[in-house]
Amino acid sequence: MFGWEYPPHVFGGLATANFGITEGLHAQGDVDITLCLPKPWGDEDRSAANIVAMNCVPIAWRNVDYDTVKSRVGNVMNPDFYYQLRDHIYADFNYMHVNDLGCMDFAGGYPSNLHDEINNYSVIAGVVARTIEFDIIHAHDWLTYPAGIHAKQVSGKPLCIHVHATDFDRSRGHVNPTVYSIEKDGMDNADCIMCVSELTRQTVINQYHQDPRKVYTVHNAVYPLVQELQDLSRPDHQGKEKVVTFLGRLTMQKGPEYFVEAANMVLHRSRNVRFCMAGSGDMMDQMIYLVAERGIADRFHFPGFMRGKQVYECLKDSDVYVMPSVSEPFGISPLEAMQCGTPTIISKQSGCAEILSNCIKVDYWDIQAMADAIYSICHNESLFYYLQDEGKKEVDQITWEKVGLWIRELYERTLGWK
Amino acid sequence: MKTICLYFEIHQSIHLKRYRFFDIGTDHYYYDNYENERSIGDIAERSYMPALNALQSMITEHGKYFKVAFSLSGVCIEQLEIHAPQVLEKLQALNDTGCVEFLAEPYSHGLSSLVNEDCFVHDIKKQCRKIKEYFGQDPKVLRNSSLIYSDDIGQQVAQMGFKGMLTEGARHVLGWKSPHYIYHCALNSKLKLLLRDVKLSDDISLRFNNSEWDGYPLFADTYIEEIARLPEEEQVINIFMELSALGIAQPLSSNILDFLKALPTCAKQRGITFSTPTEICMKLKSVGELNVPDTLSWVDEERDISSWLGNPMQREAFNKLYSVADRVRIANDPRINQDWDYLQASNNFRFMTTKPSNVGLDRGIYNSPFDAFTNYMNILGDFINRVNCLYPEELDNDQLEAMLTTINNQGDEIEVKDKEITRLQAKIAKLEQEELKLREKYEGGKVITPKAIKKSAGKAAAVKSKIKTAVSKRVTKAEDSTV
Repeated sequence: MFGWEYPPHVFGGLATANFGITEGLHAQGDVDITLCLPKPWGDEDRSAANIVAMNCVPIAWRNVDYDTVKSRVGNVMNPDFYYQLRDHIYADFNYMHVNDLGCMDFAGGYPSNLHDEINNYSVIAGVVARTIEFDIIHAHDWLTYPAGIHAKQVSGKPLCIHVHATDFDRSRGHVNPTVYSIEKDGMDNADCIMCVSELTRQTVINQYHQDPRKVYTVHNAVYPLVQELQDLSRPDHQGKEKVVTFLGRLTMQKGPEYFVEAANMVLHRSRNVRFCMAGSGDMMDQMIYLVAERGIADRFHFPGFMRGKQVYECLKDSDVYVMPSVSEPFGISPLEAMQCGTPTIISKQSGCAEILSNCIKVDYWDIQAMADAIYSICHNESLFYYLQDEGKKEVDQITWEKVGLWIRELYERTLGWK
Repeated sequence: MKTICLYFEIHQSIHLKRYRFFDIGTDHYYYDNYENERSIGDIAERSYMPALNALQSMITEHGKYFKVAFSLSGVCIEQLEIHAPQVLEKLQALNDTGCVEFLAEPYSHGLSSLVNEDCFVHDIKKQCRKIKEYFGQDPKVLRNSSLIYSDDIGQQVAQMGFKGMLTEGARHVLGWKSPHYIYHCALNSKLKLLLRDVKLSDDISLRFNNSEWDGYPLFADTYIEEIARLPEEEQVINIFMELSALGIAQPLSSNILDFLKALPTCAKQRGITFSTPTEICMKLKSVGELNVPDTLSWVDEERDISSWLGNPMQREAFNKLYSVADRVRIANDPRINQDWDYLQASNNFRFMTTKPSNVGLDRGIYNSPFDAFTNYMNILGDFINRVNCLYPEELDNDQLEAMLTTINNQGDEIEVKDKEITRLQAKIAKLEQEELKLREKYEGGKVITPKAIKKSAGKAAAVKSKIKTAVSKRVTKAEDSTV
């Protein structure tokens, strides 16, 4: 399995999904996973998967003794494995920027030379694919598609790719041609394409011209809250001011301006509500300006970027969670809000709308419907409590184990074992 | 001898329009005119008219042998009046044959029987007046909205003077008993109960066109054969359904009307008759009481009220609506009354159900139960505001009722007094005329001063002015307080 990020070093939603899928597959009991990560830190959970640190894989032969290797890579890799890998170097890569171990460094995350890193990653994947034994290749998101294709060409094993997002979602239709070509190439070479929602599946079929027969929907899931977060108390806002929250990057894709407009409509009618827009992004200034222009700044708050426990405190403090995304491949955050017992309003253009029923769904552009739903949850207790209880029950049923089972089924179909 | 009791429900609710919370207080019109016209026109054309035509031809063909019963909800009659008067005319034509019985039901097709007896009685009486006006019949048998029934409701209905009531032959209530007998209410033996035969009714209304069903295709002779083969003692077969089952639920292309038309001929051959509910109530004796402590209906697998009041949202909406029931009844404002009827319709609550159901539910303009709830609560918010604005809220219902009764009674009193005044004035005129005559007769003679007459006239005038000031005072007082 090729991944780019993995908890606890989270850059975006990809890490969480990758972790969930790995755990879900591991829970099947008969799936052994080798997970290739560009730059693991050594503190990742290794119980579910055998993690290969791509920045410690030699691609050029260096004569180094065991102790040096152990001291250099011991925290992330078994030194014996280094030698095994060294035996499978397939070409002379000395012209590349290799270090004294014959490895290449990764910056990690999403640096400016991302395209170079993607290329390096796929070069290294060739060594790994020659070294270890496996039945199937699973590549997560476009960053790892070239590596997946390379591994497929080396080993002849089938390739599954997992589409967590497409460039059409990120750019509202104005795609980056380089990214598109990498994505398209990955999909063309894949034997099975797993999409996180039917919405994404349709994008893959229509915009990337893939055969619908090899494109499947594999919805994401969510991890149960750890006890510490479960124990956070929910303040009682009955008869007091209500809090309505937006939580996410303030970018075009997330539709923050629709949230502001809906808030404006609600505030025209009822002053007993406060709005909170947590997160940061390139539209932050624009949003602050819009809020001021609408004259609702006294009731509208921007607490900025939140991490870890803060997120859950904020969710538990809210009476309504709104995700007005213009295009959201899946969107795990509404599921997290529901876990916290916060009634949720999501746009119909989000992938998670396909599997959730105890939440309110509106079109992202329909600010009247959005305002109406916010007002209704704030003013009708029965609706609030119903969505709270039933939403929590519903989301507790969505587990990664079930996702793992479905992926395993797809593996077997792809391998022709079924 | 076996008899079939065929009954059709005619009801379409008034569709509510998309009503946002910012409309509260500014817009008091809640209905989607276009959708109402479209849906009722569509149903009249595709179902009601063809079905009624078929029933009419069956009656003409078989004379007094074939009989059928209908119930209409008041809100549906109002809709038909506006958008499809031909349906009402057709029903009147059917009524003229004498083979049709009209049953009573709540005017609003609402759930008032579950919560407010006064409101329920009022609702039924209003409907009975409407039926009398259209068809000249005084309904003797009642069917509650969606056949909702419990012992308590039965008791209320018996006290209203109905002879019988229709309800569901639900398995969990009947147990080993058969629906093919007449039972009576456990609390009042005067009220007879006719129970719907679930299987035979649903064979037509639910499954007729289902090619995956074992009984497909269903023919009239096999259907009647099934009835004829029932044990000899089981005499009443109640087949109840919505009229729209013929044409909408089961499309006309399934030849359901031909099936229906063939029923009387086949039944005649097997010696099975048709009867109306009243005939059955008069002719047959009850075989025993039926205990129904928990409310039942003809909806969903559970046959209870959970599809209207199953979740907390539905209950909140329901309780909020009926919290103003007494106020609405006392205030008796024409526009409020109309909205009250339309908002009570049980369909509004059905849209909010979160139950999984195997019978497809058309939620109309709503895309989810939450959407339906939000829209309804917005409308209800505005409606309750309007009700509360009629009279000051601090006035409790008893006080208000007493006051309105006084005003009302004073009106009656004034009327009586007015009559008295005109009578007296006529008397004065008469006496004056007589006086004139007498004068003419005894011209030149003594002039009689009719003191007594003047006195009585003066008295009348004084009484009149007194009453007038008193009444106007009361009325202004009432008006002041409403402002």
